[in-house]
Amino acid sequence: MNLILMVWRQAGPAVAGRLQRIEAKEISPDMSFLEMLDVVNERLTLAGERPIAFDHDCREGICGSCGVVINGVPHGPRPGTTTCQLHMRQFRDGQTIVIEPYRAKPFPVLRDLIVDRSALDRIIAAGGYISASTGSAPDGNAMLVAKPKADAAMDAAACIGCGACVAACPNASAVLFVGAKISHLGLLPQGQPERWTRALDMVAAMDKEGFGPCTNVTECAAVCPKEIDINVIARMNRDRIGAIFLVARRSLQADTV
Amino acid sequence: MKLVNPANKRKFSLIVVGSGLAGASASASLAELGYDVRCFCYQDSPRRAHSIAAQGGINAAKNYPNDGDSVFRLFYDTVKGGDFRARESNVYRLAEVSANIIDQCVAQGVPFAREYSGYLANRSFGGAQVSRTFYARGQTGQQLLLGAYQALARQIAAGKVTMFSRTEMLDLVLVDGRARGIVTRDLVSGKVESHAADAVILATGGYGNVFFLSTNAKGCNVTATWRAHKLGAGFANPCFTQIHPTCIPVSGDHQSKLTLMSESLRNDGRVWVPAKAGDGRKPGAIPEGERDYYLERRYPTFGNLVPRDVASRAAKAVCDDGHGVGPGARGVYLDFADAIQRLGEDVIRERYGNLFDMYERITDENPYKVPMRIYPAVHYAMGGLWVDYNLMSTIPGLFVLGEANFSDHGANRLGASALMQGLADGYFVIPYTIGNYLASTKLPKVEREGQDFKRSETEAGERTRRLVGNKGKRTATSFHRELGKLLWENCGMARNATGLKAAIERIPQLREEFWRQVLVPGSGSELNQSLEYAGRVADFMEFGELLCRDALERKESCGCHFREEFQTEEGEAKRNDADFAHVAVWEHRGEGKEPVRHQEPLTFENVHLAQRSYK
Repeated sequence: MNLILMVWRQAGPAVAGRLQRIEAKEISPDMSFLEMLDVVNERLTLAGERPIAFDHDCREGICGSCGVVINGVPHGPRPGTTTCQLHMRQFRDGQTIVIEPYRAKPFPVLRDLIVDRSALDRIIAAGGYISASTGSAPDGNAMLVAKPKADAAMDAAACIGCGACVAACPNASAVLFVGAKISHLGLLPQGQPERWTRALDMVAAMDKEGFGPCTNVTECAAVCPKEIDINVIARMNRDRIGAIFLVARRSLQADTV
Repeated sequence: MKLVNPANKRKFSLIVVGSGLAGASASASLAELGYDVRCFCYQDSPRRAHSIAAQGGINAAKNYPNDGDSVFRLFYDTVKGGDFRARESNVYRLAEVSANIIDQCVAQGVPFAREYSGYLANRSFGGAQVSRTFYARGQTGQQLLLGAYQALARQIAAGKVTMFSRTEMLDLVLVDGRARGIVTRDLVSGKVESHAADAVILATGGYGNVFFLSTNAKGCNVTATWRAHKLGAGFANPCFTQIHPTCIPVSGDHQSKLTLMSESLRNDGRVWVPAKAGDGRKPGAIPEGERDYYLERRYPTFGNLVPRDVASRAAKAVCDDGHGVGPGARGVYLDFADAIQRLGEDVIRERYGNLFDMYERITDENPYKVPMRIYPAVHYAMGGLWVDYNLMSTIPGLFVLGEANFSDHGANRLGASALMQGLADGYFVIPYTIGNYLASTKLPKVEREGQDFKRSETEAGERTRRLVGNKGKRTATSFHRELGKLLWENCGMARNATGLKAAIERIPQLREEFWRQVLVPGSGSELNQSLEYAGRVADFMEFGELLCRDALERKESCGCHFREEFQTEEGEAKRNDADFAHVAVWEHRGEGKEPVRHQEPLTFENVHLAQRSYK
């Protein structure tokens, strides 16, 4: 099949970018989207031009490296599918495909389709963990976890941190990402001791990084390649509110002592 | 073993290269102890290391199912599964700490599969007759890595680990014969700089991408370990490369990588090919009597759960005989029809749903209705830098963890053992062994402005200039593909002296063509993926030769290493314990000089050496 690509080209964070028209000829429908870009890049290189820079690594839909906006949709048209797992049979011969980087203030463009998503790492570092230093763990079966809870925690833990939720949100909010981690850890008994501080700290870190607030547009869940449930946001808010009451109660108690 | 006083640990600085299961768990655990840690990864986040793609599970001798498992049995299975080419002591320690890993991961919040009672669930895996594999759906590697990554993130927030993402190690730096730092390139700005430390830990994974097509991530490379090798670290058993039996077959020339379908699928899937060679009928049209369930036929005891090397060779054999299915007739069926009938589609969906979805996305076929097509692909490197019991290489102060070292899997790794080893090394081995080195070694302070560092920086910069200044006619990809094809054909699932000699002759020519003709656009002082990739390919070009050399010198068949000259009458691998019960450790002697092959004899005090049989 033959395609017309409109690809965002930007040489660096400080320079202006533009859409470049590139013809992609003789593309096999069995190629993945990234394999199509590989072919285009080989041709650009041999023609003496700069290949298109894009993040990718595992190409199995699990590392979360890849992710571009394809015709306005992060990760493209197929639901529940990362860019690397999207195949060209999803497109029509002769179609024009617009390929852009994630657009969000906390994700500055580094080059072409590559953005800096390190803000997500800093949110995790603010509290997205259980403080269990190596060596002190009790037997794995010492604390039972009901299967429905374990399953729900796993559903939330499936997040690959690709950032598509942020790119899809008109507010560039990261609540689906944050809610997924808060839900994963908050559903498990091991995560209870830090549950309230985790919610407060992660949300504060999200705000500090410049991600916007949630206004229930739900585009995030619609584009999530791992189909993280929108309910994780409700859980995040519940834990935050719970934390605020808990902090208030503690300070009251401290006053009376 | 000597210890470092708790108050003194913060005075020691450690470099960890790689943030996968081994690197992240080591960084976090060492920082928890108080060491000053710097961790490096080439990805944009430590959470993206390729450990994340491991699907099936992690072994541990918990014996929760009460089926007779024990530390000894896990140890025994691992040594036997490795075809008696691993060091007994290391494997025993691995089996001992396996149970602690599960406990640690549960405490971190890894959502392992549970029974309705709330207890941890287990499943079985190839090469074992007990159910000792813990799993988190088909995403066990992801969940274990996120656990380690979160522990690492906690130490980053605490200021105990400084994380360098999008930073690639270009070279190791020795001062007075000891590993004292690394030279790196910032992949965003292109800046080349040095980092000095008291010890260096490499947890940089395997070299499977030397074959171009493999199940590894696109960025996986041999650079860190190869650079260390060129500075004196012995490389052990490079010819031991695991070919995984259950991958999605190649669909065309555009293929950029191969995708694994977890071995756990063999628990419920039955492997077969048409009994008649060249049978072009659709799988559903082939009646039961005209199918050859060749694994069940040849290995009635283990059936579809024979170890990976055996399953891969059997698939190759039936395809060589013309029974293969799909494009190019390089594929066999993995059929779930019986399991779906017996257990229902819902049960199968719960066990393998994400794998089935992935298969459907890639092939456009629905595996609930038609059998999957699978074929072996390069997957895991058992070989790696040689390490002693304390995981230190032949360079003092250079430690090597996880897939990057050679230690535990011999000539064949059993399923669900890579995650176990990576985490064992990081959580429960290096925190103890590195203290012994630091406490018993005089380590004068070194500065990164020192001449040893400056020299390495200059060399690395020179290499970059050579690559981008070349203005050749061929892309690095085309060279990589050619190298990969050469290795797959001559040093893949079956090897012989003629093919290996031809490859050893061809690789230096290809390398020379590479340096003369490679075309790398852009410059070194910017984000330049073509340059990153060309640098990695350049190292594969050197490493590939050693791989073939090792395969040529190991004149026996064992595990994954199948030399056609050495096989039993039934076509099984024939070991030669009299001459080859040893680790081959290669020493680099300088550019253009033949490397020297040393031997570490393997003695088996607890496991009886026997012909492996899964019949």
